[in-house]
Amino acid sequence: MDIVVCVKQVPDTTNIKVDPETGTLKRETAGTILNPFDLYAIEEGLKIKEKLGGKVTVITMGPPMAKEILKTAIGMGVDEAVLISDRRVAGSDTWATSYVLSKAIQKLGFNVVLFGKQAIDGDTAQVGPSTAEFLNIPCITWVKKIREISDKEMVAEMMMEDGVDVIKVSLPVAITVVKDINSPRLESLKGKMRAKKYEPATWTLDDIGGEELKSGLKGSPTRVKQTWSPQRDFGHAEIFQGETDEKVAKLYDKIKAIGFIK
Amino acid sequence: MGEITKENCKGVWIVAEQRKNEYHKVTFELLGKGREIADTLKEELCAVIMGENIKAMAQELIKYGADKVYIIDHSRLKDYNDELYAEALSELAKQYKPSVMITGATAVGRSYFARVSIKLEAGLTADCTGFEVDPETRNLYQIRPAFGGNLMAKIVTPDKRPQMATARYKVFKPLAKDEARKGEIIEAKFPVDTYKTSSQMLEFIEEVETTINLSEADIIVSGGRGIGGADNFKIIRDLAEAIQGAVGASRAAVDSGWIPYSHQVGQTGKTVSPKLYIACGISGAIQHLAGMSSSDIIVAINKDPEAPIFSVAKYGIVGDVFEVIPALIKKIKGA
Repeated sequence: MDIVVCVKQVPDTTNIKVDPETGTLKRETAGTILNPFDLYAIEEGLKIKEKLGGKVTVITMGPPMAKEILKTAIGMGVDEAVLISDRRVAGSDTWATSYVLSKAIQKLGFNVVLFGKQAIDGDTAQVGPSTAEFLNIPCITWVKKIREISDKEMVAEMMMEDGVDVIKVSLPVAITVVKDINSPRLESLKGKMRAKKYEPATWTLDDIGGEELKSGLKGSPTRVKQTWSPQRDFGHAEIFQGETDEKVAKLYDKIKAIGFIK
Repeated sequence: MGEITKENCKGVWIVAEQRKNEYHKVTFELLGKGREIADTLKEELCAVIMGENIKAMAQELIKYGADKVYIIDHSRLKDYNDELYAEALSELAKQYKPSVMITGATAVGRSYFARVSIKLEAGLTADCTGFEVDPETRNLYQIRPAFGGNLMAKIVTPDKRPQMATARYKVFKPLAKDEARKGEIIEAKFPVDTYKTSSQMLEFIEEVETTINLSEADIIVSGGRGIGGADNFKIIRDLAEAIQGAVGASRAAVDSGWIPYSHQVGQTGKTVSPKLYIACGISGAIQHLAGMSSSDIIVAINKDPEAPIFSVAKYGIVGDVFEVIPALIKKIKGA
């Protein structure tokens, strides 16, 4: 089984700094971490390997410093890690990101491609299904459980608003996972030792046969026109005073007056 | 058929979502907003619906504001399938060339719309909470939160068409239903039989734990770290039952294993905007606020007067949830 997990380095802070000139996020100024949802994708990839054998490769697109998160994945036990780093992929939106990732995944070879449900910075949840489209394979999104998997097919539970769709699919397949799916393992001592010495492969756009016009800012149909911090203009809460019964009675009157109590 | 360009595109499309031949309500909300966008652009508002035996449903979309409804009725479109839905919608778009295409940011919408955007080489903006038309360029500004609601971004698709977006549920208002409204229904025929897919839906399992669907609920009672344990969550359920609401939870409560993930509200869980949200023992981490701060009325019950949840609340009680909630339940039941 060739298992590929796509991961992303994201800012480790709620304090976002915005470049006033460009309106883009100054990612360099924040500390960075491996996108928390990607931990579940890595864990699930490792579990598939434990069941069926094969190889787990993590892949990311980013500046050289993104190697750090690949080392975290190595520490958890993945076999190989690849960084796609090229000035020409900078500024990619989800369309261009998915294009570049798909080219790299094609180069690696794949049976199962995993993603976290979304990255905590962009929150788009679009890169998984978009990459699957470029790869011409189905994508099961919001997977909360893999019920069955063999080298030929998978049965997975897709989390919907009102329950789960149980979907059977022939491999190859892409999935995006929610955190319900597993409990990610910690980095092992052995893994950490390996990560220390491990040097991820670094690929350029040329290495993966990517077209410049479909990558980076040039390949991105969307542009960020403007960004701003939202005003939370909720005003101050009316805090009810008195003994518990009094406070509760005041609250009760308010919510009853609005018609919430039938 | 062929490329969709700024020169040849026309029409604002709202792609309806149906499950088991019932509309997701976001469809009507988006028709309301779509009507406004279409009127500003002086273009038609079109709705699209895919499924099986859906012809009878089309009229409803006209009553909520559509000038035209495209339907793709096929047995293979009965249940959601990412490849088939994406291919059918892409073919329709290539034929009729819309300038704008929006669907609900639901589990389904956020998934297959991404595929469509790749097929059409179009830009796609996720989970929008606002749209504006630039009067000069006629471009659609797509406004969305990012970083768990810490940053708002205005996105534009300057050249590629259609301008695609998924939009959040319970943000836009539907128009009043107009029974007399007339429109055109166009049945599009595509060789859906020949479309490729390697997946199939086996079954749908309704969530057993949730008696009321969180994203649909008008009232949500949520518990957080302050609830202290799985057994204690009973008071949250009791209050929810008394007030006929759904049960939500913060990440802290879910991570502690007190309640399943499907109840989680926040950036990493569900985004909700009920009419009433009662936060019990929830401090109000920014990630939680991102998922519920658009609720109409927020009530916070927390023993810490400094808890950030009070900054978004309309009403608050500083106190012990184990005293306040039972007293509130008693009051409601005694009424």
